[in-house]
Amino acid sequence: MEVIERKQNRINTLFEKNKKGLLSVYYTAGFPALEDTVRVGKLLEEAGADILEIGVPFSDPVADGSVIQASNKSALDNGMTLRLLLKQVSELRPQVKAPIILMGYFNPILQFGVKAFCEAAVAAGVDGLIIPDLPLLEYQEMYKATFEANGLQNIFLIAPTTSEERIRTIDKVSNGFIYAVSSSSTTGAKKNFSKEQRAYFERLQKMKLKNPLLIGFGVSNHDTFAAVCEYSAGAIVGSAFISMLKESKNLESDIPEFVKSLKAHR
Amino acid sequence: MLVDERGYYGQFGGAFIPEMLFPNVEELRTSYLSVMESESFKKEFDLLLKTFVGRPTPLYFASRLSDKYNAKVYLKREDLCHTGAHKVNNTVGQIILAKHLGKNKIIAETGAGQHGVATATVCALMGMECIVYMGQVDIERQKPNVERMRILGATVVPAMSGSMTLKDATNEAMRHWISNPTDTHYIIGSVVGPHPYPDMVARFQSVISKEIRSQLIEEQGNPYPDYVIACVGGGSNAAGAYYHFVEEEHVNLIAVEAAGKGVDTGESAATTVLGKPGVLHGSKTLLMQTADGQVIEPYSISAGLDYPGIGPMHAHLFDIGRVRFLNATDDEAMNAGIALSRLEGIIPAIESAHAIAALDKLAFDSDDVVVINLSGRGDKDLDTYIRYGNY
Repeated sequence: MEVIERKQNRINTLFEKNKKGLLSVYYTAGFPALEDTVRVGKLLEEAGADILEIGVPFSDPVADGSVIQASNKSALDNGMTLRLLLKQVSELRPQVKAPIILMGYFNPILQFGVKAFCEAAVAAGVDGLIIPDLPLLEYQEMYKATFEANGLQNIFLIAPTTSEERIRTIDKVSNGFIYAVSSSSTTGAKKNFSKEQRAYFERLQKMKLKNPLLIGFGVSNHDTFAAVCEYSAGAIVGSAFISMLKESKNLESDIPEFVKSLKAHR
Repeated sequence: MLVDERGYYGQFGGAFIPEMLFPNVEELRTSYLSVMESESFKKEFDLLLKTFVGRPTPLYFASRLSDKYNAKVYLKREDLCHTGAHKVNNTVGQIILAKHLGKNKIIAETGAGQHGVATATVCALMGMECIVYMGQVDIERQKPNVERMRILGATVVPAMSGSMTLKDATNEAMRHWISNPTDTHYIIGSVVGPHPYPDMVARFQSVISKEIRSQLIEEQGNPYPDYVIACVGGGSNAAGAYYHFVEEEHVNLIAVEAAGKGVDTGESAATTVLGKPGVLHGSKTLLMQTADGQVIEPYSISAGLDYPGIGPMHAHLFDIGRVRFLNATDDEAMNAGIALSRLEGIIPAIESAHAIAALDKLAFDSDDVVVINLSGRGDKDLDTYIRYGNY
């Protein structure tokens, strides 16, 4: 099944080669400055990030905590739009090998036109999408065919409150990886993981899903990165990276240092 | 009026929620109808509406207003509900539902503060913890309601993002719910949000049109008005006022949106004029937004109408032409509020004053029966009335 697709998609290739310790970094397009999207992506790959998860800024990011909300607002104030973002991605694509995933809320995509967006995203070199407010039911009934026709992988989230049955369904519908949210919360850095969270990671690990897992929300340093890597193929880091970008006076040195500090154990 | 199984009204509705909220919303979806139809629920709901809220609210024949507009104008006096607006019909219903679901903490968003007060009130009644999110701008322009909530024991949390109004308060409430999924029920105050909220809130508010029907039978021998007029922000009072008339095609349903400083001024909240289909706060509906799909900050003098969308049910009723949408500017609403005060001795909430303002925009026959849903009273708006002057 899906053999042809699997061969062609950078996401599948990456996970076939690497079973452990993968790092996906989220950054908001057009942040800190409008033209930083390409630069940050290149620096991240050079530094060792395995997946580039580029945030499509939205006015009302309900699943995000304050750090990513603020970066969304800055990016919009900088003049970022979905069209400009796709143009920047097409500039970035030939300069990096890593899979590029767009993470964004559904409304801007809906306004673009879902089909037109899928085509434009693939043309720009996007490999997958994370749309937190596009749920399974709506996806399956209305958009799955369009995504798949374009070879775009839709990455679903699961949370500690997601039932086993639903996780199995999501596993069936997914064909890239599954984004496991570490806690019931919005995005944002936390200091470490609780016993309950580790039990949840363990439960996921034991389910032996067909798709690999990346764990996100609350991964902010080497300890939390190493912790989630025990249970999954790797981690997604967002808010901690955005906080660093916001403070950074020198992205050329700070981005490599950030990635190194996370992946130090490899 | 009935929503389909997937939570849609025509092309609008659905449940566009992050996975983290799925169990909460699914629990509601699978249980709300059976709980609402259970005898124990109905008994408690009806009793509280009667003895705590003060229902039925009167259907008042406004004789001087009738003379002025040469029609039979009735006011459905939701302003006489406990806490001063229709909002409490829904919060009483949802708090009993929350109890049935075993929740002990309540969160809510509020714009004008009426829904926040109505939520804080029922939380006090049931001894539940209550957190209300309110935009910082609204906190400043609705101070008395903020203090009412605090007196009632609620915690009021300012929403500091975006335009710091109702939309942003809703974002913050949803974020809180994501982070507190098991013990907390989110009482949404309007017919917005993911399915089943629009349908559930409409059902709780439908008591308004149920009463109008029986009151009109007493008044005139049949349950049918020629017009039902209501203001629409998210649209909960309108949903309640229309509910039992939607199938009666001969009853003209009129919605009045807030035009703010004028629909073309860039400072407006007239969603059906300025909006396009979009997704916000869990449902697909008409939404004010840029070409890039960013939500536009609406504007209205009335905090309760200051919302960039309308409930999916209203988007559908607009789409199929069942409800006629008008709008009233700040000035028209304020003048209508003063006029109602002078003619009938009723100072309306500025939201409801928008519905009154529609009388100037419609041509009636002298025997037309016009019911205006007077959704709230103006006590909370005294500062705005005073600042506006003109009386």
